[in-house]
Amino acid sequence: MMAAARRAWTIAKKDIRIYYLRGPVIIFGVLFPAFLFMAFAWGRGLPARDLVPGLIAMALFFTSSATTPAVMPFETRTRTLERLLVAPITVPTLICGDVLAAVLFGVVFSLLPTAFAVGIIGAPLNHPAFLIAGILLSALCFAILGSLFSLPPTDNPSSIMTISNLVRLPLIFISGIFVPIAHMASWMQFVALLSPLTYTTEIIRAAFGERVIVSPWLCLVVLAGFTVVLWVITITAHRRNMPKRLVG
Amino acid sequence: MNAVIRVEDLTRYYGDHLAVDHIDFEVAGGEIFGFLGPNGAGKTTTQRMLTGILPPSAGSAYVLEHNMVRDPLGAKEHIGVVPEVANPYIELSGWQNLIFAGELYVLPRPELRSRAEQLLEQFDLWERRDTRARAYSKGMKQRLMLAMALIHRPQVLFLDEPTGGLDVASRRLIHSRVQELARSGTAVFYTTHNIEEANMLCDRVAIIQDGQLAAINTPEALKATFSGSQAVEVAFEGPMDPASLEAIAAVNRVEKHGDKFHLYTDSPGQVVSAVVDIARSEATRIVSVNTLGPSLEEVFVRLTEPGGGSQ
Repeated sequence: MMAAARRAWTIAKKDIRIYYLRGPVIIFGVLFPAFLFMAFAWGRGLPARDLVPGLIAMALFFTSSATTPAVMPFETRTRTLERLLVAPITVPTLICGDVLAAVLFGVVFSLLPTAFAVGIIGAPLNHPAFLIAGILLSALCFAILGSLFSLPPTDNPSSIMTISNLVRLPLIFISGIFVPIAHMASWMQFVALLSPLTYTTEIIRAAFGERVIVSPWLCLVVLAGFTVVLWVITITAHRRNMPKRLVG
Repeated sequence: MNAVIRVEDLTRYYGDHLAVDHIDFEVAGGEIFGFLGPNGAGKTTTQRMLTGILPPSAGSAYVLEHNMVRDPLGAKEHIGVVPEVANPYIELSGWQNLIFAGELYVLPRPELRSRAEQLLEQFDLWERRDTRARAYSKGMKQRLMLAMALIHRPQVLFLDEPTGGLDVASRRLIHSRVQELARSGTAVFYTTHNIEEANMLCDRVAIIQDGQLAAINTPEALKATFSGSQAVEVAFEGPMDPASLEAIAAVNRVEKHGDKFHLYTDSPGQVVSAVVDIARSEATRIVSVNTLGPSLEEVFVRLTEPGGGSQ
């Protein structure tokens, strides 16, 4: 178990060096949520403090699910995957390493808007423990979701990123990021409750003392449930698809 | 035989296509075992099943007594692999690639660093250790891949076409390291379609064709099974009509190679004396004459051509 954890950490360090510590990735992690935030704060005249939980949730969601979809097809294309698979690592260890790097990336980039909210805007952080637990669990959930997107055994990262964005972009509009679900129509609330990002937004809103319709404790339970289900599906399907990546 | 690799009835289908067809063989510790075959014969598929990354459709493979389906991790701890199409990470330096490989085997830090230094020296990469692999030549990348495969001192080494397209210096360096490893007791499973390389390096070779083992033996024993492939190589000072040479009773066939003729025969002595008679009668001089044994290439061609038999 200890050896598997060290191997996962080795893979995570490799991912951080190769895929995360790149200018465009870092700039995207900062700029994309910032631009969306500004569009809603200035374009629609919404109070910045009301948008803070959504900004943190959005930064967390986009950064922790941004790169994991591309890692597997990229390594298939560059022919580095087979070298990894002949080492004494299992598919879960391999995915765990990719997910760990994404979690670290997501957590670091969600701290930036959090610091902005608390330090500059002066948003009241009433329940920091819920914020920390929510960020950690959500980062894990979204990183696994990112890995799930890379299931098709292709060596073309751009086709996987298309699939990933087709799912991720609509999610930010139905998950209470810009409009709290407490203010949504009831049928929209039902749709919102199907998205894991909703529970991230709700728990962050609760941490900042805003009105929510799902209790923070329930948010943690639901996020944990999403995480377990996504993990089982991801591992099962990657195990099945791995030999197909080696054809040729 | 003290088998470190044992293959029993190993079979692999891709859909309806039978890529590896019920093959059996064993490889001993310290042996260099050549695995030869034309493109698409099933070489890489066999190696992938032996290294635990592709499950067989039927049959079993054991490496160091670990079943490669039930316990691949147990075997992977002790094997080193240079896959046919794998690459190092080009964004990392040679040093970082080696450290990464060693950390996958959870080597203690001081041992890993000293082993990495030793391998970079041995593979003539020390001076370029901090250069990103992106800037390495093909030969340097392949030497780095071999160093990465050896970082944990494996007992069994799998090499898939390790010298394809390499310069002479890199090829020789890899050959000499492989021979040293075998002398120190490492079993080497050497997949190649370079017959001369297999002839020079391998203790035994297996020839696979259409997923089936066409032959398995020492290179010399395989050549001996085709004694009809002995030839007399002769070069004349002036022009020579091949028909005169074909007329020699003991000659099975004649081939022209540049300025030389290869006269295939079961009786080289008889052919040499007939060639001398022909040179005299045609008033020309023999520039050189050699007898050639059957080559492994000849064996390979015979076994892998349509209708070639098993040995």
